[in-house]
Amino acid sequence: MIRFVSIRLLRALITVLAVMTFAFVVLRMSGDPAEVLLGPDVPQSVIDAFRAEWGLDAPLWQQYLSYLGAIFTGDFGVSMRDRSPALELVLERVPATLMLTIPALLLKLGIGIPAGVYAALHRDSAVDRGVILLAILGFTIPSFVLGLVLVLIFAVTLGVLPSGGMGTWQHAILPAITISIGGIGILARFSRSAMIEVLGQPYIRTASAKGVSWRDVVRGHALPNAAVPIVTIVGFMVGSLIAGAVVVETIFSWPGIGRLLIVSVSNRDLAVVQCILLLIAAVMVVSNLIVDLLYGWLDPRLRAQPAH
Amino acid sequence: MTNLVEIRDLRVAFDGVPVLHGIDLDVARGEALGLVGESGCGKSVTWLAALGLLPGKASVSGRVTLEQTDLSGAPRDRLERVRGGRIAMIFQDPSSALNPVLKVGRQLVEALRLHRGLTGAAAKAEALRLMDLVGIPDARGRFTLYPHEFSGGQCQRIMIAMALAGEPDLLIADEPTTALDATIQAQILDLLARLRREMNMAMVFISHDLGAVAQVCERVCVMYAGRIVEEGTVSTLFDRPRHPYTRGLFDALPRLHGPRGALTPIPGTVPDPRNLPAGCAFAPRCNRAQGFCQRNRPDLLRQRDGRALACAYPLPEDDAAPDATAPRMTAHQEGCPT
Repeated sequence: MIRFVSIRLLRALITVLAVMTFAFVVLRMSGDPAEVLLGPDVPQSVIDAFRAEWGLDAPLWQQYLSYLGAIFTGDFGVSMRDRSPALELVLERVPATLMLTIPALLLKLGIGIPAGVYAALHRDSAVDRGVILLAILGFTIPSFVLGLVLVLIFAVTLGVLPSGGMGTWQHAILPAITISIGGIGILARFSRSAMIEVLGQPYIRTASAKGVSWRDVVRGHALPNAAVPIVTIVGFMVGSLIAGAVVVETIFSWPGIGRLLIVSVSNRDLAVVQCILLLIAAVMVVSNLIVDLLYGWLDPRLRAQPAH
Repeated sequence: MTNLVEIRDLRVAFDGVPVLHGIDLDVARGEALGLVGESGCGKSVTWLAALGLLPGKASVSGRVTLEQTDLSGAPRDRLERVRGGRIAMIFQDPSSALNPVLKVGRQLVEALRLHRGLTGAAAKAEALRLMDLVGIPDARGRFTLYPHEFSGGQCQRIMIAMALAGEPDLLIADEPTTALDATIQAQILDLLARLRREMNMAMVFISHDLGAVAQVCERVCVMYAGRIVEEGTVSTLFDRPRHPYTRGLFDALPRLHGPRGALTPIPGTVPDPRNLPAGCAFAPRCNRAQGFCQRNRPDLLRQRDGRALACAYPLPEDDAAPDATAPRMTAHQEGCPT
């Protein structure tokens, strides 16, 4: 078990390092922050001074090494815009994003899984077909379209909910729903197919043949087996708690990580973008790690063969 | 002898395609009945239908009674009390028939709780006794293991223990040895025969292994394309099969003694249930078939020697013996030269 976890942890670290490196290189190759921040008509001497100040005149490998070294001492750099620490800027936006993504995650789980399971149990019925149709609709409709449609209906036409900004809890309703719809569709489809697969297994027939009531067959025998594939998808969803709201935050002018990311990218605010990407990668990697551990807990057959 | 289970005119269709065409079958208390036939002939479907275990797309008609209890169209809770309680069932592939994410002990205890009301320490003690009874060594140590930590043969023993948990009057063994090694097959057959004697339990043994049927059963039904074509005691049918299909099954087995000869397979294949011949379903593969057989379906009729037979031109009564004195090799006697 310890071996299993430590191998996974090592892999997680390598993944994060790869993301950091990739982001570092791509950001520096895709545009010069000096030009973006200072504007087009600035004399070359000012640009050179700016570059020297931020260490952008050093060779890429030197910049990279000093960046890495700083990270390991907990220094994530400062924003080029207002010189406040990047980590602080990022962390103060996290609660706002979670205020949308956590309710959205709960909606995905609370609606998607039961809908999928119910559809599987009533396969080929009208309800089943309805669930499939809605699920496909749910995950094919782009969030910027859905968000605007919801604003049009509930804010503009009915006037019952605010169209954007952050204030009361009502402000969070439309963006949270917009984020959740796609995930509900995906989870419903996944839970349905996982359940259908499990219900066709011989051990389900065995349980029925020994007199277990259908309700208990579903709860005690089918669901624990169907949980394994469902957990994989839920893991991805937990992993995108930080990064999953970029578009929606922009539509609803929600001051979360997503908005900060967009602003920082367009300003070439290197330290902030790197810090956000690092946070996103870390959350994704940690949730994958948890999923791996859950697999072993859910399916004893996977415990025997660690680290694949 | 009163019948424990009576099946009358049981018909099953999947998506409108009939696969079982009116089965009449009785099982007496304590008797061991073999159900023989090729894959897809309806052996398993008969009993899955009787216990209401077929998927929803199957339409079932006919009557199934367990002593005074009518099982056909019975409400769910009545069927649930019968399943595993009075009629238990074990299946072909024991490794996938046990729930992979539940400890075997828990799966056993579940059956004991449902049918004997046992919980806690009492249930565990009884589960350990059952594991011991079916020959699982170190039952106490293995109570908390998962199915994948057992071999196929041991999984089948666990399945049998689970089936015995409700102290059933009838055990349906649906090809219980097909997925197992030859040596393990023999052990499981011995175990089933012993348990049946000790617990005075009736058994329906579904198999296409004639040798296994001969070893554990007293009476045999041969099924073909959803119908019973010949029925009688093991000695009657095995010594003098009269239906050309039954005879064909024997001719397809290698001989254990005597001169080496080519096996005689039954020509052709099992007919597609969507496209059955108009007359006798076996006629296209039968070397005794006449014009009559192509157009008419023979009824299952009781014969003088007690067997039931559905054939217009059966093998003659006296010399039908397929060299009955020569023992034939069966699947669990593999390893002998042929």
